[in-house]
Amino acid sequence: MQKLLLLGDEAIAQGAIDAGLSGVYAYPGTPSTEITEYIQASREAKERNIRSNWSANEKTAMESAIGMSYAGKKALVCMKHVGLNVAADAFVNAAITGANGGLVVLSADDPSMHSSQNEQDSRFYGKFAMIPVLEPSNQQEAYDMTRYAFALSEKFGTPVLIRVTTRLAHSRAGVQRVEVLDQNDLHLPSNLKQFVLLPSIARKQYNQLLGKQARFEADALTSGYNQLIEKDNHKLGIIACGLAYNYLIENFEDHQVPYPVLKVGQYPVPHDLVRKLYDQVDEILVLEDGYPLFEELLKGYLNNGKKIMGRLDGSIPMAGELNPNIVAHAMGIPVNVGHQNPTVIQGRPPSLCDGCSHTDSFLALNEALRNFSSGRVFSDIGCYTLSALKPLESINSCVDMGASITMAIGAADAGLVPSVASIGDSTFTHSGMTGLLDAVNNNSPIVVVILDNSTTGMTGGQQSSALGKIDTICLGLGVHPDHIKIITPLRRNHEENVKVITDELNYQGVSVIIARRECIQTLGRRMKLKAMQKMESNN
Amino acid sequence: MKKDIILAGVGGQGILTIATVIGTAALMEGLQLKQAEVHGMSQRGGDVQSHLRLSSKPIASDLIPEGKADLVISVEPMESLRYIIMMNKETGWLITSMNPFINMSNYPSLEELLAEIWNLPRNVTIDAEKVAKELGTVKAANIVVLGAASPYLEIKFDNLEKAIESIFAEKGNDMIQLNLKALRAGRELADKRG
Repeated sequence: MQKLLLLGDEAIAQGAIDAGLSGVYAYPGTPSTEITEYIQASREAKERNIRSNWSANEKTAMESAIGMSYAGKKALVCMKHVGLNVAADAFVNAAITGANGGLVVLSADDPSMHSSQNEQDSRFYGKFAMIPVLEPSNQQEAYDMTRYAFALSEKFGTPVLIRVTTRLAHSRAGVQRVEVLDQNDLHLPSNLKQFVLLPSIARKQYNQLLGKQARFEADALTSGYNQLIEKDNHKLGIIACGLAYNYLIENFEDHQVPYPVLKVGQYPVPHDLVRKLYDQVDEILVLEDGYPLFEELLKGYLNNGKKIMGRLDGSIPMAGELNPNIVAHAMGIPVNVGHQNPTVIQGRPPSLCDGCSHTDSFLALNEALRNFSSGRVFSDIGCYTLSALKPLESINSCVDMGASITMAIGAADAGLVPSVASIGDSTFTHSGMTGLLDAVNNNSPIVVVILDNSTTGMTGGQQSSALGKIDTICLGLGVHPDHIKIITPLRRNHEENVKVITDELNYQGVSVIIARRECIQTLGRRMKLKAMQKMESNN
Repeated sequence: MKKDIILAGVGGQGILTIATVIGTAALMEGLQLKQAEVHGMSQRGGDVQSHLRLSSKPIASDLIPEGKADLVISVEPMESLRYIIMMNKETGWLITSMNPFINMSNYPSLEELLAEIWNLPRNVTIDAEKVAKELGTVKAANIVVLGAASPYLEIKFDNLEKAIESIFAEKGNDMIQLNLKALRAGRELADKRG
């Protein structure tokens, strides 16, 4: 087969399809979104009947994947790093239940926070759950490791975590495919109580997981994904995890590093390999994207061994993703210097699109709140978070998916009345509904503005689980029908919308205002498609 | 052969299309490539960049090391300057359109920007929008810039043409012809500069 030019995300998707995947479960989140999108668009995946609809959130995705694994088939669940926080309950317990059909969890980290709220390192979750973690260093490995992850999962009856970072997820390179494996047949676990985590059973299952640890490490020694590359100069030894390996070799002619290097791609990292490296060198440099997870392990609390350099001793900055020059600096290698950037350059932060419905919603909200003291709008995660910036400067919080409604409840409880929540439609069904139920049960004096652009906008316009359901969900959760208002955020409706919001701000109970107008981007795409279809039918 | 290229612009200006055309042509020539893109939040009217690395030998890093880019190809003048820190000071070329994309209140004066660009030892500035408009649509400005950059790519011009034919195939023959014209017009501008 000819090589395909694939994003790291796409290589994972193709790798999963070729490994005999039966279903992918995910909620969109940069930089993981393209995995599921690739499977949704893949003709092969369609022919093979691989399910790929979006889930309401990462927890529901994770649980559905566990269900598919229980039924004996191979399931992939994908999320961005903070999505793993949402799925954590199911994820950690899946390590205790173990897997039946191959169960692979993909978490895409975002060091340097290109599109995120933090730069947490998913490898910690793998260690926490005590399951194998794979970390590819390039697109080909992303493809190969995905296939290997399913095999590993079925061999040991355990979920396997694959960790990538933005740089690999969104970088393209040639990938060589191998033959396509069949999907599994439906087959339930031999022990039908394996997934029943009653304490008495969970204790047994946990002991089994503990018993597998040595085998996980043994596999990481023989899989080929951890390699000790021997060299003659023993002044320094380098441990390079995932992508960091590329940044290391980039600094050397023909990629020949003069020092021994332990290239890490699978965790737990085998003690044998680490000891072999440690014993032969004077000092060690640890290169890893994300937190200093391995560096800290190696150093130990008392740091009374050989000198270990990395993020903890300042050889590498604590925050942000690695790059070739950071590695060069840490090793004292001289680097090229480009032209100085002139001072005339100004920042160009992202902004809401021209004609975006959110702009009109926030202009109305800003005006309705003019007679109140500032600082009472709790918001959420989506395009509308950009309303924190100039010129709108409308919102005062963005913490995690769904937090707008629940933070408004707490602030109202503390006496900040009225408190306002602004949340997108997809975020609302992701994690806002339970908060709204709390608000109803509390009779909290809050106004919830659901910014319904009928899509998951920020990640590129994926189908929103909320589509066509918001009004009935709010009614069902017990919001009084008189206080569910639907407005159309358009400039020409401004006065009317301000009045609706003002009235609800004066109501001492839960109000929901649904500001509904389609995302300008998805609308544009829809119109283009329609025009093309019309042209085709005319021909 | 090795070419490290930074592509720069504002979200929606079509720099990924430039990358795809170069990448497709590079594959025709049997080159290896890596291309790091920017997706997600930074796309929304913000600055975007892509690192495109071509080589006859294996490529390690997805990111071009600072100070080592052979080319900065930009569809916007201020954005072109944002990446000159990435450019090789001794050998690097800057190829940019001189058409500002103004979606901010503190956009600097075009004269100042052009002065900075012209101050660089190796630069090509073109009025890509004017050329694209004459061809029928300002949207082809990105391909005009690619045409102007083509003499510096070490990739055969007819392979770039073939790449355009394959990439725009599903959009119909009109789009193919428009973009081929845009590519050639950009090339002419660069050649005229001499």
